[in-house]
Amino acid sequence: MADPIHQFQINKLFTIAQIGPAEIAFTNSALYMILAVTVICAFLIGSTRARALVPGRLQSVAEMLYEFVADMIRGATGPEGMQFFPLVFSLFAFILVANVMGLIPFTFTVTSHIIITVALALLVFLTVIIAGFWKHGWHFLKIFVPSGIPIYILPLVTVMEVFSFFVRPVSHSVRLFANMLAGHITLKVFASFVIMLGAAGVLGMLGATLPLALTIALTALELLVAVLQAYVFAILTCIYLNDALHPGH
Amino acid sequence: MDPIAAKYIGAGIACIGMGGAGVGVGTIFGHYLAAAVRNPSAADGQFPRLIFGFAVTEALAIFSLLIALLLLYAV
Repeated sequence: MADPIHQFQINKLFTIAQIGPAEIAFTNSALYMILAVTVICAFLIGSTRARALVPGRLQSVAEMLYEFVADMIRGATGPEGMQFFPLVFSLFAFILVANVMGLIPFTFTVTSHIIITVALALLVFLTVIIAGFWKHGWHFLKIFVPSGIPIYILPLVTVMEVFSFFVRPVSHSVRLFANMLAGHITLKVFASFVIMLGAAGVLGMLGATLPLALTIALTALELLVAVLQAYVFAILTCIYLNDALHPGH
Repeated sequence: MDPIAAKYIGAGIACIGMGGAGVGVGTIFGHYLAAAVRNPSAADGQFPRLIFGFAVTEALAIFSLLIALLLLYAV
């Protein structure tokens, strides 16, 4: 029987280039990333092709997606945060599609690998730092010194703020990765119970309906988690960008 | 003690911390639900804050999970 970790294996499909000892290969991870981007582009370009004043079904789905992300940014950062709309929308759409695509049996979940989520989280982290210094110069450092704090606990609060700022990319990336990893392992473990019980005769087959029902329920839960984690990643991106736009709380 | 056994025991102990974060996440969602039932019209406006509080609390669980993963695979 395949172990529950097997689904996360990265397989080389073909080699692109060989630079010294390092091999640049096209893997199943890269394939699914390209697939996710293709799905997003095909959907958005195809649905907004007509540019109808009264949107059809597909176009209204695309418009709802736009409005959803736009409301999220306006709510968290104010109207000036809309300059980061492309970044937040791309992150949200990519994570959403990658998560949901990974729920299809026999597919690969891109976001269950920490290297992918760390890359996305570092992108946000560096964007916040660069945009903060770009817009506010040294005033950006005011995010470490909250106003309205008594002077005698200010050093302690500043140390904690610095720590919590630099630990952000860690929690930002590990949250998505751990949720996807744990959910998929749980699904596979329960699915293997079905096979184990089903092999044990008629009585076992009757007993196997219980883990089968649980697997279906867990799949529904995982669908919720997949959408929720994409939302959480996007809203945290907005909240972090708010620090870059409005330092000093 | 066998160092490998100690490693696994340590990873298990590190996961206890996730229980505390579980209490925290439960408190956040429970209080949100209580408030939303009292004043449903204000509930939607507070949803991003709910998610933010949930994410910050969950970060603490992630740190203990990270310690467990480091003990299992990196140490």
